[in-house]
Amino acid sequence: MNRFENIFSKGKKVAVGYATAGCPETESSLEFMRGMIEGGTDILELGVPFSDPTADGPVIQQSSQTALRNGFTIEKVFEIASTLRAENPDLGIVLFSYYNPILFLGLENFAERAEKAGVDGVLVVDVPFEERSEIEPVLKKHGLEIIPLVSPATGIERIRKITEGCRSFVYYITVRGVTGTRSQMPEDLLQKLTQLRSASPAPVAAGFGISSPETARAAAEGADGIVIGSAFVKIQLDTALSTAEKREKARALAERCFGAVR
Amino acid sequence: MKNTHYDIYGGQYVAETLMPSLEELDAAYRKFRDDPDFVREMQYFLRDYVGRESPLYFAERLTAHCGGAKIYLKREDLNHTGAHKINNTLGQALLAKRMGKRRLIAETGAGMHGVATATVAARFGFECEIFMGEADIRRQQPNVERMEMLGAKVRSVSSGTGTLKDAMNEALRNWVETSADTFYVIGTVAGPAPYPEMVKDFQSVIGREARAQFLELSGKLPDEVIACVGGGSNAMGIFAGFENDPEVKLIGVEAGGKGIETGHHAASINGGQVGVLHGSKSYLLQDAHGQVIDAYSVSAGLDYPGVGPEHAYLHDTGRAQYTAINDDEAIAAFDLLCRLEGILPALESSHAIAQAVKNAKKLTPDRSIVVCLSGRGDKDMENIRAYKAGRQILQCK
Repeated sequence: MNRFENIFSKGKKVAVGYATAGCPETESSLEFMRGMIEGGTDILELGVPFSDPTADGPVIQQSSQTALRNGFTIEKVFEIASTLRAENPDLGIVLFSYYNPILFLGLENFAERAEKAGVDGVLVVDVPFEERSEIEPVLKKHGLEIIPLVSPATGIERIRKITEGCRSFVYYITVRGVTGTRSQMPEDLLQKLTQLRSASPAPVAAGFGISSPETARAAAEGADGIVIGSAFVKIQLDTALSTAEKREKARALAERCFGAVR
Repeated sequence: MKNTHYDIYGGQYVAETLMPSLEELDAAYRKFRDDPDFVREMQYFLRDYVGRESPLYFAERLTAHCGGAKIYLKREDLNHTGAHKINNTLGQALLAKRMGKRRLIAETGAGMHGVATATVAARFGFECEIFMGEADIRRQQPNVERMEMLGAKVRSVSSGTGTLKDAMNEALRNWVETSADTFYVIGTVAGPAPYPEMVKDFQSVIGREARAQFLELSGKLPDEVIACVGGGSNAMGIFAGFENDPEVKLIGVEAGGKGIETGHHAASINGGQVGVLHGSKSYLLQDAHGQVIDAYSVSAGLDYPGVGPEHAYLHDTGRAQYTAINDDEAIAAFDLLCRLEGILPALESSHAIAQAVKNAKKLTPDRSIVVCLSGRGDKDMENIRAYKAGRQILQCK
């Protein structure tokens, strides 16, 4: 059983949290993630900053720019991952990245270092099913699971192709749009999630737009877990807060939202 | 889907949220591209609205000045809206109409593709929104006014560095949310499949005409075909006519900016590495950590950090050669064409002219070069004045 299977087998809604690595810089982002974990995050998505995050809304865009401006490089993502791995043997760790920084580093090199850092899975935003064969063999060789994305526009046949053989979890994007917080979940969410779960061999975590206990509950109803991203990153970006305050706020947000679905 | 890759280049590197929209577009494109009704409508508008065919003009005085090969200009600058861009926006608008879309969006850098999109939106009754970097909006004010005059909404993009690549990021983000009723008109042979193939297809009229015109004029094929390359749509369009004529040398001219060695350039093939941006794999300007860096060129239309994936492929296979022309060489070529031929070329096209002048000098008068004069230069007057003023100040010091 890999870590994902272990986490999802416990019979409770799984808490997935996203934070941008290196925002505002390496040390403080690490502290921030510690707060998320204290608050109950089961799987941490470590966002790798990219200059052109086309699938992200303004909050994650800004966090990437901040990290890059402060000199963050992909190498430091591995440092953060190995530190967190040493502190949390059971935590699921996912590297969440656009393809170009990985390609530039070299896929083999990236996979080798991710494996060494104790990473469990990789979500490459702009590598859809059509291009997956380019990265899958190398990632698999290093024990890294791919986390596939499914959107509301993904048809049932495509869902089957995308999720076949998945040994991590499926990230369901609840809205047709970019990342960001929203005040409510789409009306057909439950129906879509039911369809997805009946077709997918792997568990499903729903994300995009979740920022409150209400939206968390709505998303969790039909899913095996929920993902919170931009709501965490907003705290990372708050220049009025100290590193310690951010860590505390991250813990509190995780407790409040993830706690609401347990 | 077919033909998504050109060897290792091209592909569909987009988030899952965009894949259904690309599948819908691909299906419609393949259904209509050879549909007699679509082809007839396209031909009608290319002739009566765009003003095709565009002349292949023998630049007699420029040729005499160089004292070598004969130089011919494919006059895309004479098209409606003043550049080759409209060949493509017309094709995509006619496709959007058949797909039942009611809104067009587009990215633009210098504004020429934005104007060409706003033009067809007005003609066919689409709502239209153009994404443009805030820095470009400041630099290209006349084109912003033209787009607004044509009824388009110009959306200022302040994310990233506020230039063309950021405008394209924002257009892609908008399309994810709106694709149910919106068609994204990409302006160059880049982006995810099927865009590179489709834009080449709509621009290939340039090459088809040029080949037939040259054959008729001289009973043979030209020795060289030269075009400027930013994303590379005019080059791909004219190359398309000659790709199966191995004896014709194809030469793409990138913007060398202040010189490739300075790092201030837009020459993705000559000065970049393989990467993935805006949905396709190609050569890309990036820093030592795989972050995309801004392109620089005096010509706003070449100012793009990537290049169409088929160009990357043609470069690797050696079928086409890619050179670079610096700002000052392009400006000199601009002056030359103004004075000798009475033609004000776009700064983009001036790069191709500069390369043609260099090559012509090395060839004998029995040889011929066809240059794609992709657009007119009226839009560049202010930039050229500012560039020359800046140089004079530097020289006075």
